[in-house]
Amino acid sequence: MSSLPPRARAVVIGAGIVGSSVAYHLCRLGWDGVVLLDKGPLPNPGGSTGHASNFIFPVDHSKEMTQLTLDSVRQYEELGVFTRSGGIEVARTEERMQELTRRIASAKAWGVEPVSLLSPAEVKELVPYLDERVILGGFFTPGVGVVDSLQAGTLMRERMVAAGGLVVSPRTEVVGIEVERGRIRAVRTTAGDVETPVLVVACGVWSPRLARMAGASIPLTPAVHQMIDIGPVPRFERCTRAIEFPIVRDMDRNMYERQDGTSLEIGSYAHRPILHDPDEIPSLEEAALSPTELPFTQEDFAPQLEDALELMPEIVGDESVGIKYAINGLLSLTPDGMPILGETPEVRGLWSAAAVWVKEGPGVGRAVAEWMVEGESEIDLHSSDVSRFHEHQKTRSHVKARAAEGFNKTYGIVHPFEQWSSNREVRLSPFYERERELGAVFFEAAGWERPQWYESNASLLEEYGDRVTRREAEWDARWWSPIINAEHLAMRDRAAIFDLSAFAIFDVTGPGALDTLQQVSLRQMDVPLGRVVYTPWLTPSGGFRSDLTIMRLGDEHFRVVTGGAHGMADRKWLSDHLPENGSAQLADLTSAWCTLGLWGPRARDILASLTSDDVSHEGFPFATCRTIEVGPLRVLASRISYVGDLGWELYVPIEQGARLWDLVWEAGRPHGLVAAGIGVYGTTGRLEKCYRAYGAELESEYTVVEAGMAPPRVKDEDFVGKEAHLRHREEEPAAILCTLTVDDHASASGVRRYPLGREPILTRAGEPIVDAKGRRSYVTSAGAGPSVGKHILMAYLPPEQAVVGQELAVEYFGERYPVTVAVAGSTPLFDPENSRIRA
Amino acid sequence: MRILVAVKRVPMTGGTIVLTPDARAIATQHLGFTISPHEECAVEEAVRLVEREGGESVVLTLGPPEAEEQLRDAMAVGIDRAIHLVTDEEEWDGQATAGAIVEAVRAEEASSGPFDLLLFGNESADAGGYQVGVRVAHALGLPCVTGLKGIEVRGRLVRCEQEVPGGRDVFEVPLPALLTVKEGLNLPRYPSVPGRMRARQRPIARHEPQRPPARLEKLRFVVPEGERKEAEILGRGPEAAPKVVELLDQLGLLR
Repeated sequence: MSSLPPRARAVVIGAGIVGSSVAYHLCRLGWDGVVLLDKGPLPNPGGSTGHASNFIFPVDHSKEMTQLTLDSVRQYEELGVFTRSGGIEVARTEERMQELTRRIASAKAWGVEPVSLLSPAEVKELVPYLDERVILGGFFTPGVGVVDSLQAGTLMRERMVAAGGLVVSPRTEVVGIEVERGRIRAVRTTAGDVETPVLVVACGVWSPRLARMAGASIPLTPAVHQMIDIGPVPRFERCTRAIEFPIVRDMDRNMYERQDGTSLEIGSYAHRPILHDPDEIPSLEEAALSPTELPFTQEDFAPQLEDALELMPEIVGDESVGIKYAINGLLSLTPDGMPILGETPEVRGLWSAAAVWVKEGPGVGRAVAEWMVEGESEIDLHSSDVSRFHEHQKTRSHVKARAAEGFNKTYGIVHPFEQWSSNREVRLSPFYERERELGAVFFEAAGWERPQWYESNASLLEEYGDRVTRREAEWDARWWSPIINAEHLAMRDRAAIFDLSAFAIFDVTGPGALDTLQQVSLRQMDVPLGRVVYTPWLTPSGGFRSDLTIMRLGDEHFRVVTGGAHGMADRKWLSDHLPENGSAQLADLTSAWCTLGLWGPRARDILASLTSDDVSHEGFPFATCRTIEVGPLRVLASRISYVGDLGWELYVPIEQGARLWDLVWEAGRPHGLVAAGIGVYGTTGRLEKCYRAYGAELESEYTVVEAGMAPPRVKDEDFVGKEAHLRHREEEPAAILCTLTVDDHASASGVRRYPLGREPILTRAGEPIVDAKGRRSYVTSAGAGPSVGKHILMAYLPPEQAVVGQELAVEYFGERYPVTVAVAGSTPLFDPENSRIRA
Repeated sequence: MRILVAVKRVPMTGGTIVLTPDARAIATQHLGFTISPHEECAVEEAVRLVEREGGESVVLTLGPPEAEEQLRDAMAVGIDRAIHLVTDEEEWDGQATAGAIVEAVRAEEASSGPFDLLLFGNESADAGGYQVGVRVAHALGLPCVTGLKGIEVRGRLVRCEQEVPGGRDVFEVPLPALLTVKEGLNLPRYPSVPGRMRARQRPIARHEPQRPPARLEKLRFVVPEGERKEAEILGRGPEAAPKVVELLDQLGLLR
């Protein structure tokens, strides 16, 4: 056991692939005095790295995951531990064949090439022991490979120990974490205490325990992945290398088969979800194999044996080939399937690098280290951010319910708008009962139930007839309704109300409030009382951290309103920038206020009939807010719009919400008011107006200039990302955010198809489009524009392509559809003069 | 040949053995279960004998409902069918176990004909009572040889090799006989996938024997002071080679 230094720049707990990689990159980025601990021995400390199947399929529908995986492959290659084998995802069903064409599209969108679709005979040629009669085809990625993740960790540690920046201490268990005034102060271990301002939890399935020691939360659950190893396989005895055949993923059976020396390894995500508790994992001493290799439960695997036999009868059906090893291996699952990375919102200096699999380990290590050292990572990690979780999402019950639901979707065909079915109805707005009566179809946002559309509006379909596009393909129409488009048209014609209670709402108060908001906001925040400012928040390098609105309610009182999905991360960003001297305070009022949106040409008439306050254009100008009386309620009304129509966001304390709904509903009926869902608010309304959305168009990888959102002048006050932003204004942008429309929807079979987002944008000849920074063009958002009669796509394009009228193509389910650039920049497609919102 | 193999479901230990708070059982929440290693060899021997001589092999266990897993394990490597004497949570001592097995064997022989050979483990991996095989042999009036590392059937005789300090004692006994065997008798095979799948379909006859009043009471287990396993690094890279050779020679592996 090595003796620990009394002080460290950072302590990393966990020497699996993730912890080793974080420590390695911290040293590489210049941190000196990094300590890496593990309670287990080295090189295999007994966590999930030690029994991982170690293969890497780079293509994922998530850009973030694909980027992390591609970076990991580069690192494994550089370390000399990557063996390219190729990999084939085989389809047994027609639906899966369709899904494979979608995977091809994702590969093109994220720049993973080459990839190709194979016929059963072509699959057979590469994997001669497979019975091609049970499959319909395969998706071949030659870049798939197998890594030695334990060796990768060893090399990373050795390099930095040799360079002098890293101390590694195996067999050292953490027994306590000292937190002082919300910050990490020291870590207590069986080998002594270490003072440190930074502690990284990279403990895989044990991470929740370690986080809890510090009073923080890493909401993951250990889950079983069953794996068996059969051999010796006569065919493989002739192999001269450990891996000569491509890895096969039997997607429809949630299984994989791969050669490993003379054995065939068979793994499964098809069995019932078997979840464990981090506190109940055996110790190293108690474990028969290792703490994360639990006894195999035979009965769970029985159907998988039959599936494997069907696909690979030559090997699996061979009586001489024995089952030599079988485990219930533990790995980490999270409620939304994404890793858990970043500084915890509960404790400053406590970082999570958890729920990471071998395929993305080194990439995560680099990204988290960059985030720690430089304040942000090159790859945008917002979907993996530990601060994304709302309180209810950190509960054991939520984690287990969602992990169980997500487990069998590991190889699943998951629709981009697919909703979770477990643990719903956790957050209900005061409008909920009214919405149910109107036949709302609820989607989930940050745990809130929000109407996506209302079945009671089906009558509008008749009213709008052909102006409402029907979708013929089941996939395009899944989690969608033409009613959304009808609601949209009713809003544009008359008025609609929206439940926006999922907004996250933070009040910043105190003498330091203005300075705090100036510091995080691109836009000028020293505005008159009653002004509403829409502003980006930037990362240090000038990319998007968020976009939101801020109301000035007093000299020292601001109200920040942001989307629920990203609200918790915004809260952390804001609270991280509060002054040390306590001169500004942040209060989370999300659960205190509900929000009703009212927009459309009749919105003023409706509101005016409810209030004696002046709501005329002159008396209540755009981008202002004030408290008005609506019947017996005092309502904070904010005249802004994300749907491009005249109207207000109306805020009342949550217990008065139902009354507000009833008042507005009754007053609106003579005006033809409808209730409209988030299908309009989040997609059709905003897309026609070319309004951007955080996480879709707006990511840290794109600049304000590229997004077409640079203000005419830059404020004098300092703010995060200012230097970079000033530089970006001087440069030619590498890409420009454009709005495109689909010219022809007809597929080869004649069925009209409607892309849903994240597809590659190609030239008409089918060539990928890459900008000067190496970024591919892809659809950031897609949806109908009912008022303009077009299907709308947004995409960043290099300047030479970002020209109105430029003819391009989008690839969707293996076919190319012609599209044309309708707008380069942020001019709205609908009502370009913005006369409606300023009416 | 008709062969009966008796097996016992025991915890699969690998690391430190942890006892339940009352010290009357091994804490098994993290452990898998297996057939005692001696009995795995008995199963393998039965399968080989039937493969060679023809006939039928039957596996028998006395244990909780979960012990079906061990019966399926045995059938996965080639045993034809199983008898499960299902017990509840109560502890069965060697005498009670032997009594129930004797009754089951008699019933089985009455319906399906006599066994030529009954194979038992020399002792179970958990309780280690060394009782059951001998008691069953005595009750059934069968010749019995224990602790065997070699078995060879020659017509109606069986040649038995028993390991003793410094060598082997060899016995010849007539069939039918009851033999208890030890790990090392043979190298048990791994189950194949088709074997596993067949095992799921094979029949298990279940009986619920009455437990006689216990005459032996278990008070508690004591985990012996184990030897600490220490790994010694012999060296790194090619420099380690001479030491490795020296060690292999010491262990007698190079002769």
